[in-house]
Amino acid sequence: MGYFLQQLINGLTLGMIYGLIALGYTMVYGIIGMINFAHGEIYMIGAFLAVIGFTVLGLLGISYVPVALLIVLFTAMLFTAVYGWTLERVAYRPLRSAPRLAPLISAIGASIFFQNYVQLAQGARVKPIAPVISGGYTVFEEGGFTVQLSYVQILIWLLTLALMVAFALLIQRTSLGRAQRACEQDRAMASLVGIDVNRTISLTFVIGATLAAVAGVMVTLYYGVVDFYIGFLAGIKAFTAAVLGGIGSLPGAMLGGLILGLVEAFWSAYFSVEYKDVAAFTILVLVLIFKPSGLLGRPEVEKV
Amino acid sequence: MSALLTVEHLSMRFGGLLAIDDLCFAADERRITAIIGPNGAGKTTVFNCLTGFYRPDVGRLTLHRPQGPLYLERLDGYRIAQAGVARTFQNIRLFPAMSVLENLIVAQHNVLMRASGYSVAGLFGAARFRRAEAEAIEFARSWLERVDLVERADSPAGSLPYGAQRRLEIARAMCTRPRLLCLDEPAAGLNPRESAELTALLRSVRDREGIGVLLIEHDMSVVMGISDHIIVLDYGKKIADGTPEQVRHDPNVIRAYLGEAEHEALPAEIAADLRRDDRPT
Amino acid sequence: MVANPNTAPRIDIAALLKDAALTAAVAFALALPLIGFRTVDDPAGLGIETRFDWVATGVGAVFLGRLLLSWLFALRGQRPAVGSGWLAHARAQLDPHMKWIALAGMLFAFLLPFLPFSSRYTIDIATTVLIYVMLGWGLNVVVGLAGLLDLGYVAFYAVGAYSYALLAVTFNLSFWECLPLAGLFAAFFGILLGFPVLRLRGDYLAIVTLGFGEMIRIILLNWVPVTRGPDGVSGIPRPSFFGLPFTANPPEGVTAFHEFFGIAYAGSHRVTFLYFLILLLALITNLFTLRIRRLPVGRAWEALREDEIACRALGINPTNTKLTAFAIGAMFGGFAGAFFATRQGFISPESFTFIESATILAIVVLGGMGSQIGVVIAAVLLILLPELGRELAEFRMLLFGAAMVLIMAWRPRGLLAHREPSMRLHSRNHRGES
Repeated sequence: MGYFLQQLINGLTLGMIYGLIALGYTMVYGIIGMINFAHGEIYMIGAFLAVIGFTVLGLLGISYVPVALLIVLFTAMLFTAVYGWTLERVAYRPLRSAPRLAPLISAIGASIFFQNYVQLAQGARVKPIAPVISGGYTVFEEGGFTVQLSYVQILIWLLTLALMVAFALLIQRTSLGRAQRACEQDRAMASLVGIDVNRTISLTFVIGATLAAVAGVMVTLYYGVVDFYIGFLAGIKAFTAAVLGGIGSLPGAMLGGLILGLVEAFWSAYFSVEYKDVAAFTILVLVLIFKPSGLLGRPEVEKV
Repeated sequence: MSALLTVEHLSMRFGGLLAIDDLCFAADERRITAIIGPNGAGKTTVFNCLTGFYRPDVGRLTLHRPQGPLYLERLDGYRIAQAGVARTFQNIRLFPAMSVLENLIVAQHNVLMRASGYSVAGLFGAARFRRAEAEAIEFARSWLERVDLVERADSPAGSLPYGAQRRLEIARAMCTRPRLLCLDEPAAGLNPRESAELTALLRSVRDREGIGVLLIEHDMSVVMGISDHIIVLDYGKKIADGTPEQVRHDPNVIRAYLGEAEHEALPAEIAADLRRDDRPT
Repeated sequence: MVANPNTAPRIDIAALLKDAALTAAVAFALALPLIGFRTVDDPAGLGIETRFDWVATGVGAVFLGRLLLSWLFALRGQRPAVGSGWLAHARAQLDPHMKWIALAGMLFAFLLPFLPFSSRYTIDIATTVLIYVMLGWGLNVVVGLAGLLDLGYVAFYAVGAYSYALLAVTFNLSFWECLPLAGLFAAFFGILLGFPVLRLRGDYLAIVTLGFGEMIRIILLNWVPVTRGPDGVSGIPRPSFFGLPFTANPPEGVTAFHEFFGIAYAGSHRVTFLYFLILLLALITNLFTLRIRRLPVGRAWEALREDEIACRALGINPTNTKLTAFAIGAMFGGFAGAFFATRQGFISPESFTFIESATILAIVVLGGMGSQIGVVIAAVLLILLPELGRELAEFRMLLFGAAMVLIMAWRPRGLLAHREPSMRLHSRNHRGES
């Protein structure tokens, strides 16, 4: 029971991180109908910025956690946003009217570029940081097994929920959200009624990147280690989460992330750690075959 | 004259919208049957059910063949096509990068596939396959002559002008050697001269090939000129069914096209013209 | 902006400066955190090194570069149109002579080992290039002809390599016995994966195949009793020349290649033999592809790529047709894998990562999808250039990624995108052609 509960907590935490990354996929897919292949690398860059940020702050002697955390979050989001913007500008915008495969190839190229750029700039070794937030609540003890809910986990939960709410408001209440939804429906029409389509698409990439940056910071806090290769797997899994929830659906992305996180945690705990990624891909294939519109997505009617 | 296709109690729902409501009609061999109706009346949906792109909720769609009836509502789209129902699309769907000739050869895929021994014999250049291929090219050439595209046979289909693309799409559908040809707005976007040519082509298909033609069309001059039989849909329901003459004077039809009551006195020719003027582009 | 050809274009220096400054500002924001600060390992945890001089140099270079570029564009009066220009022109000029160019290329390939400048090293590199050419041609069936985006092609390469390695090591089967088996296994995996997923839309298919590639790699890593896990399979038998091994001292009762032909033993015999082997395999792949493109199934692949809905309306079974493309592409991947295993003598999951799939895909797409010669050119570029620039080895993948982005922006249809119809009604110079 205790073991189960601990896995539940861990799985939910992991799921929230996947969910945050998945939001970026689902938004970009919604608006330009393409997989942002380099999104995982954006998340990896966010994580690296967190490592650098915490290390620099530590050297500067700023160790009061809330202040350090806020500064790191803010700078990571800001700089990652620039990466997201550049990615769209360089790898996607010139190919807006190109054949469908072209932007995908250029995005794969961008992804390879980012990975190697970070590897060259920061070195290939795994980067560990000293724990920034330690400790937690003991939920309960049972036969010598303690179920822990760490402060980092609480932080991740709260931050994710807050971002979700803010995000939902942004999409539903602001003109940017309206412009986004309009572009999703019909890009040509949206530009005819005066929506700056380029700007809206850029902003979508920027927002996706900032959410990925938050996920990157959280992962750095949670695991304490980062390397330049983490973006690839996290990217595929977050995409799986987005598909599972129904691509284009924002609550779906979060739900998909949570389910995936839980499956991974329980699979590792009860079956085998080695094959946890295989489990995630199997889910992806099964969902695509049996419910391609995902859990919360709208079924697509084929236009003939 | 026997029924080639019978549609019985066809219904199709999209969410809350009842796109087709208990529709029954028949289309005959050697006759041109037109389905007309205002925008959103469910015409294309009927086609999509017939050709297997949608699964109807209720209804029986029967293709009558010498070897026995075939129920289309449970078949995959490609099987329906194999059974002899060919179609064209409202927004032309050619293989734009492939040449005009290749488009017509792809339409004869199943014949050629068998002749090539499912590619094995073809890989070794079997005589049987070479013969079948020569026949297929000859058949394609005969259709290119009928739609006046022989000169352009080796150009990419996507480079043809609009009207030629429409003709090519019909020729391609005919190259599947169908029993029933379904045309979704073949005259859309054509100029009057091209429309006249289209009319002649459809007549020749009816009379020379002797197959049934099912037609969705907005252009009333085309519809009234060539149809043997017209079915009028409005909001997914059939509101009239008969010869052009009967439909033209049907009060239900006039009301559907022009709105309620006050226009009831208008003669049908004017009604049809009004309809054409506000046709969507 | 429409340029008037009669007046020299006026150049708005202020706008150019502003544009360059903005670009430099973005470059600054990109470079500052990741290049400006470098994390270094420190006994006490992580330390930081600053490299602001690098950032300043980079930003300065970006500013000047951008200024120069936009000034050049302004001088020409307009930005160059994407996909036009000298390359397309050259292609059109060369097109009637393609057959001769291909023959000349083939002749060169056959003579390569005997040319004066050839060394063991050149032949080795040429062999690597040819492996990628073959993989590119194999994947071209799937991506170029059938239009199915396969991001996990390396999985079939891996299946072929492991099939050969394990069969040869476990059951002592020879290369020639294993080669067809390796192809069959890979094709079988292709069908196994393809059957459930081929009805998916393009991008979904891409991700699922990507996932499949990773799954195969994870299984190879972890299924230790069969695959020997991360240690890989070693001692894979090398191929023999129709039963004559390439060894200096063959075991009792076996005649070695050099003994049979009465020549002195040389290590280069095997290298040369391997080169001709892959050349042969690649040419078979090419001939097969060229031939099948003119068969109904090949045209159906292309038709599916162009419009799946129209295909269904013409009575083509989309799933089966895609499946054949997938299986045939996988089969060639399997053959190439078997060759790879016998050439290396050792394989491990390391060799079958996503980056391999990406490289092969890049070769197909950069070359111009569906273009057989394009694949050769792209493979030579992508494999050879990094080899030539050995000093730049560190930057190899960085440049590779950047090249993918830039070439796509420059020519979204690939370097040599051009389609020749699979059959003609009229002869080539018919006037009806436009």
